[in-house]
Amino acid sequence: MPHDTDAPIRSLRDDHSDGTHTLPERVSPRVSRSEKPDAAPPASARSEDLRSLEAGLDRLQTDEEHRPSRWRAFWTSVVPPVLFVVLLVVAWQLYVVIADPRPDRAPSPADVFLALADAWQTGRLQEAVATSLERGVVGFLIAIAIGTPLGLLLAEVRPLRRAVGPIISGLQVLPSVAWVPAAIIWFGLSDATVYFVILMGAIPSIVNGLIAGVDQVPPQLRRVGTVLGASRIQLATAVILPAALPGYLAGLKQGWAFSWRSLMAAEIIATGGSIGFGLGSMLQQSRELADLAGVLATILLILFIGILIELLFFGPLERRMLRRRGLLLSGGAR
Amino acid sequence: MTSSAPTPGVAATAPGVGVPNLLGPSFDESAPLRPPAGPRRPAVRIENVQKRFGRGPLVLDGIDLDIAPGEFVCLLGASGCGKSTLLNLIAGLDRPTTGIIETPAEGSAVMFQESALMPWLSARRNVELALRLRGVPRRERREKALELLDTVNLADAAEKRPHELSGGMRQRVALARALAQDRPVLLMDEPFAALDAITRDLLHEELERVWRATGRTIVFVTHNVREAARLGQRVVLLSSRPGRVVDEWRIAHTVGRRIESPEVAALSVEITDQLRKEIRRNAA
Repeated sequence: MPHDTDAPIRSLRDDHSDGTHTLPERVSPRVSRSEKPDAAPPASARSEDLRSLEAGLDRLQTDEEHRPSRWRAFWTSVVPPVLFVVLLVVAWQLYVVIADPRPDRAPSPADVFLALADAWQTGRLQEAVATSLERGVVGFLIAIAIGTPLGLLLAEVRPLRRAVGPIISGLQVLPSVAWVPAAIIWFGLSDATVYFVILMGAIPSIVNGLIAGVDQVPPQLRRVGTVLGASRIQLATAVILPAALPGYLAGLKQGWAFSWRSLMAAEIIATGGSIGFGLGSMLQQSRELADLAGVLATILLILFIGILIELLFFGPLERRMLRRRGLLLSGGAR
Repeated sequence: MTSSAPTPGVAATAPGVGVPNLLGPSFDESAPLRPPAGPRRPAVRIENVQKRFGRGPLVLDGIDLDIAPGEFVCLLGASGCGKSTLLNLIAGLDRPTTGIIETPAEGSAVMFQESALMPWLSARRNVELALRLRGVPRRERREKALELLDTVNLADAAEKRPHELSGGMRQRVALARALAQDRPVLLMDEPFAALDAITRDLLHEELERVWRATGRTIVFVTHNVREAARLGQRVVLLSSRPGRVVDEWRIAHTVGRRIESPEVAALSVEITDQLRKEIRRNAA
């Protein structure tokens, strides 16, 4: 290509042909292109030049994204918490051995483990976990089914939001256990009571999460959607919902936490009737037997299930979403 | 060079310019030829447009501007001259307070300073989204999107997500997306302002190439005098508060310009002088 384009008059001929011949074949019949066929080589050379130049710059400006190796991930994310828990248990056992407190006030880790093994052997543990998990998951799914359309409606319809929004936010602050007495009066000691309490805990969180997510959609993306010619519905499904996903997911996560908590509370308070045997009931039962090892064992079990769901479900989901959007800190382009 | 001169010095000395009378909107020999008969309808017609927001001060005042099909117009001005407002009016994102704006019925494609790509979609899917919203059938979208990405030299990065691309690459994807809309008018709101100088320089070349290849009408808003002098066939200078058209330059010889070309520098000096005069008036 001619590198002397700075000299205006001299370069004119070459330039002229440049302009007429850099055209890709498939576009624009509007530009005259047959005036100087002999000058084509510098033109295409120039186009190639631009291509390689751009390719070079692109390479310079981007890094390959390198995800940390599995071994490193294991070392940085699994080992520290496990080590911490082991240390905690060791300290606990040491305390029991050295201070020798009353066993009914401070059972040793071994006692707690034995209580767990005992519950497993009698089948109470499996039954309680199955009952509670099933209720938690089903209740949570119902909460999603109700909360999602409600949240979208409130996020997009202003007057409705002005009217209902504050109440939903208020409900989020209200501990859903407060509904237990009312629910018992309405539904008796049945599963309906438990589900009602779960829904009152989870739905406001999901709704608020979705509203927050929609509010945080960059206005630029909406404008682009409009400019691209999206209808209202297309805008909602193709732009706003996916853009609001981070907030929505955060709402779901909180919704799950709330439903799991309120479920435990409801199970502790409401026992008997047609309410089955859940983790809360197991906790309550151990308390009545003054079996502290059993109580601690159940608490650990509830905690463990919460951690497991976070690790196996929400964690990967969230990480995947953040990584796809480049919101996770790792490599990427500058 | 005098301002508003239809043929600055450089083009006057151009050899072999035999068809000045046949030329349409642009003023160099590679521009589209004028159609055989009749006066051309402008692609965008702005007539006595005023704009104020609410009860605020006048942002745009008495703007008259006709933009010919295939023309590359740069709207230039300091902050507060309402150039982005004017672009939004042309794009139909906003309405003028008074006055008339005529644009092609198909509407216009718009490119912003931020690429505004959907962060959850790959480059190809971003372009496909524009095709989908335009109503292109599903099976044609993929091929078409790849073709458009190839036009901006990004075929290799088609499956990358926006965060994996550099700023310049993102703007090229945005350009491909704007081209996917297949509208005759392309509006650009400081699209290269956030890029580093080297990348911007390359994108100028890229945009010029795409413009010549596709014959789009381009309205390019910038506050960068050199950029305007480098790219425009016509540079329209707006004053600030309220925005009025102060002056206009037509560049006869637009082929082979580079940011460092002497004719670009000369024009920049001239425009800058005028621009500073306008800015100084605000001090009083």
